[in-house]
Amino acid sequence: MMDQINRSESESLYATDGGSKIHKSAHTIRLELVDEPGSLLEALKPIVANEGNLLSIYHERGKKSPRGRVPVEVDFEATDRQYNSIIMAFRRSGFTVVETGKSQYSEEFIVLLAGDVIETDVTDTIERVRDGSNVSVIDVSLTPGQSEDEISGARFRLATQEGKMSETLEMLREITEEKGLKLIEPLTEVER
Amino acid sequence: MRLVVIGTGSVGRSIAELAADYGHEIVGLADSAGAVIAEDGVDVADAFETKAADGTVGSADPADVFETSYDVLVEATTTVDDANPGFENAREALARDRDVVLANRDPVAKRFDELRELERNSDGTVKFGATVGGSLPIISILTDHRPSNIVSVRGVLNDTSNFILSRMAAEKLDYEHVLTEAKELGIADEDPSADVNGTDTAVKCTILSNMLSSYDESAIDDSITVDDVDTDGITNIPGSLLELAAQDSRTIRLIGEVNGNGVRVGPRLVPDDSPLAAEGAQNIVQIETTHSGTITLSGQGMDDHGTASAVFTDIDRL
Repeated sequence: MMDQINRSESESLYATDGGSKIHKSAHTIRLELVDEPGSLLEALKPIVANEGNLLSIYHERGKKSPRGRVPVEVDFEATDRQYNSIIMAFRRSGFTVVETGKSQYSEEFIVLLAGDVIETDVTDTIERVRDGSNVSVIDVSLTPGQSEDEISGARFRLATQEGKMSETLEMLREITEEKGLKLIEPLTEVER
Repeated sequence: MRLVVIGTGSVGRSIAELAADYGHEIVGLADSAGAVIAEDGVDVADAFETKAADGTVGSADPADVFETSYDVLVEATTTVDDANPGFENAREALARDRDVVLANRDPVAKRFDELRELERNSDGTVKFGATVGGSLPIISILTDHRPSNIVSVRGVLNDTSNFILSRMAAEKLDYEHVLTEAKELGIADEDPSADVNGTDTAVKCTILSNMLSSYDESAIDDSITVDDVDTDGITNIPGSLLELAAQDSRTIRLIGEVNGNGVRVGPRLVPDDSPLAAEGAQNIVQIETTHSGTITLSGQGMDDHGTASAVFTDIDRL
């Protein structure tokens, strides 16, 4: 905590001298883009808008993710504060951030929700999970039901800080119970 | 050993018919309407012929089986109410200092503390290894390891639900479709509700939890009844959700879990390469121990002969 406070203080000192780079550190993030013209440019906007310095972009157009998206690796320099703003901007614009090089969320896991997730307000469900402490929503996929306009379930890919998984699952249990959805949790080792 | 068998459904019948092969003698055989008692051994084939003709195995009073000279009562009745008649039959035998082997789960799942109390006040012993996992020796392994060394027991304890989930995933079929198929194959009962709503798994987990709780140094402190188990089933899982799980190399299994935090039954995400993801009408159980790693048992689901064989194993351990 002390460390963080010191850093933000020094950051504000340097902010007056024309934007020194010396407190920026390098980050690598991996995004998944829809394969459409302009999506790469769109993806870089949050970095530029938040004054991050782009270092390199590796766009693997030929290689698609299991969800049919194109993975892109972006290296950039940013202060911790800028980095957080960039990640938040990505999430707001609906980008899927698959991995981040300097992530605080080390435990990644998947849960499934069965039931009509649309009818029960999927945006609200996602927001509430996101609002939970120590958890990040990496991506959400919906699955169609028997008829075209029916949604029968969803997959949430989540990441939590180490040791915070059971807390997150407890929160998910509350949300799904309230909405009448069925939660399918991963089978994990017993915490001793 | 001289055995009295109460209950002449498919399990009771298998036990009676196989007893001689295991070196035992049936001296009393009873159903709800009548009994046959013979000091020098009941003619089992004859008794079931009588049952086919008259609806009961014999004309003796079922209560008189307790007065005959026998070593072990084998309880294989179907519960009508409050774990009875199984519980009362066990009480009668223990009151006469006889041993009791249960093929009937309910006295252990619903009235465990009372059963243990009766056992403490008797020279007789109660065994119930046949009530969980059929021919898989789950309870024997738990007993042989120090129960203080058991961290958790978890797995697939219902072969019908495992068949349904694995067929749904492999063939991309919906629940109702696979259930119909399972009934046609004789894997699912005509009324499969206890299998698919998690109750059957919850009963088995209750027994495992109670068995562990009866040891002083166990991770599980208190005995429970099946009503204490957080239970969920597989009836409203759409086939498309299994496909979604498959995209991440995972699948869904109905898992029962027993550990120091309690007992839970419900559908869970399991990696494709986990032993618990085994396909078909199977039971798969993982026993996690403190010092001996994880022990995995798997095998065909329980049939009547498997249960009978487990009953004879219990008798040998008396």
